[in-house]
Amino acid sequence: MKKVIFLIYVSFFILNWGKAWSLIEVDITRGNLNPLPLAVSPLSVDQKSKEKFKDLLKLEDIGEEISKVVENNLRQSGLFNPLDPKAFLQKPDIAHVKPRFEDWALIKAQALITGEVKMIDGKLRVEFRLWDVLAGKEIMALAFTTVSENWRRVGHIITDKVYQRLTGEKGYFDTRIIYVAEEGLKTSRIKKLAIMDQDGSNTKYLTLGNELVLTPRFNPTNQMVTYLSYFKNLPRVYLLDIETGIQEVVGDFPGMTFAPRFSPDGKKIIMSFAKDGNSDIYTMDLESREVEKITNHPSIDTSPSYSPDGKYICFNSDRSGYQQIYVMRSDGSKVKRISFGNGLYGTPVWSPRGDLIAFTKLHKGKFYIGVMRTDGTGERLLTENYYQEAPSWSPNGRVLIFYRETKSDSAGKGFSAKLWSIDLTGYNERMVKTETDASDPSWSSLLTD
Amino acid sequence: MSLNKIFRNTLLVIFAGFLLSACAVKSTGKLQGDVYTGKDTVEYLASGVPDRVFFATNETVLTTASRETLRKQASWLRKNSKINVVLEGHADERGTREYNLALGERRANAAKDYLMTYGISGNRISVISYGKERPVDSGSNPLAWSKNRRSVTVKAN
Repeated sequence: MKKVIFLIYVSFFILNWGKAWSLIEVDITRGNLNPLPLAVSPLSVDQKSKEKFKDLLKLEDIGEEISKVVENNLRQSGLFNPLDPKAFLQKPDIAHVKPRFEDWALIKAQALITGEVKMIDGKLRVEFRLWDVLAGKEIMALAFTTVSENWRRVGHIITDKVYQRLTGEKGYFDTRIIYVAEEGLKTSRIKKLAIMDQDGSNTKYLTLGNELVLTPRFNPTNQMVTYLSYFKNLPRVYLLDIETGIQEVVGDFPGMTFAPRFSPDGKKIIMSFAKDGNSDIYTMDLESREVEKITNHPSIDTSPSYSPDGKYICFNSDRSGYQQIYVMRSDGSKVKRISFGNGLYGTPVWSPRGDLIAFTKLHKGKFYIGVMRTDGTGERLLTENYYQEAPSWSPNGRVLIFYRETKSDSAGKGFSAKLWSIDLTGYNERMVKTETDASDPSWSSLLTD
Repeated sequence: MSLNKIFRNTLLVIFAGFLLSACAVKSTGKLQGDVYTGKDTVEYLASGVPDRVFFATNETVLTTASRETLRKQASWLRKNSKINVVLEGHADERGTREYNLALGERRANAAKDYLMTYGISGNRISVISYGKERPVDSGSNPLAWSKNRRSVTVKAN
């Protein structure tokens, strides 16, 4: 894949950053039924720059397009209600210099985002400001310079900055999702690795669909992906360098290796290895290729996931007779069952904040996505459906993405697989748009932190 | 016992039998408990040698019918000593993907172990799990799921 160099120069930052007098504040710890009304004024572009960007990117008005990215992100978060630009009274270029707060208050905007786009030395320069309409003050100002092709990412970074300023927590908009794109009959499904921006744009396919691929997961720097491939009909864990496209097998043991994930430092891959009817959990050091057996039990042990500090591992085992969630130290000692509710539990994933484990639960013919504390207390089911599984956390630990399948008849009619997201609060459930059917999503960390 | 009572019971039995046969005509396969027993999806490795065995939900235990099928496969493999096989283990769609991969592997190995106890060398048998990835029946119903919980013996050469 073509290497894209992303440059950000934070050229000026900062008038009154972080001062306490801001009146607006968004609480993200509860379900938000009253999203904050705000105005995203289209970013203004001078005529000369506009023409140049039009030639280069085939965009009628790049300023407006970037604003749309921001607006869409904010709306999808469920925490903000971006107002209809048709109601805006002030021109974008003037609003960016000196907003007339009465005009914005009139349409009930509590916050205002303004900005300016220029082409400087062939590069895209974007400056934006966030204003507190009620207090009548600027609360943030930033500028970025980058290659023009990165214009959507500028929109995502603006959203992250605004989200962080207004909620007090880091955003999750300048991120990507890796997933499995699906096509064809249910009985002979064609599956490819695909990667896209968090909002569904810029989809790229990383494999051709010649072999079955499953469960891709990012490494901490988002450059590598580990996944399961049936290349040559040998199910093995593979490693893919997204930029170079180079693939290599890492779990080439005489048996099946599957359910891979990276350790939080990116140095190891943890995975299941099945042989002679028994699956245990192993780690492989990517540099030394040293393999370590972590669990040793005649039951199925799979779906391992590290805690963010690397000290613990949660995993799925049927050693009690049925699928349940267990936690152990990362050396395999002190194994403790943590799921005790009714039903079966699978796919545990440790939150990037460290405090929760997300899981899939199967109970009385229904599938649930839920969370529990790492000691198993405080189980909370977020969503119920005919079939859904495999949650993956947003990097700020506030949103889960997972996939859902629909019922079908014996000919496969009615079948679909789609990505969905839901807030930790249990609110804001949304389908994530993908070009094809999709499953096994995995969320990257923030691309620029 | 009065004649009347016998007559009534006989009528009941006939009626019940009628109901059952009506069901059997409609159905394309059978579920015994939770295990598929129908022959309609079974292909044959050779005449009289079915290629697959079925499992109960979340189970890897071989049923009586499965053991009989595997004994037939073992005696066929003994007679055809040049043939190697792959056992393909599968699960239904009502489970998480990763667990189902492990479950399919365990099912295929249950079949492998049984073939080995009937004298087939482990060198002639390889095992692969497809988890829930390759159903034979796309239906979202208990009968379809029972057909998909299977281990299929396929010629490798």
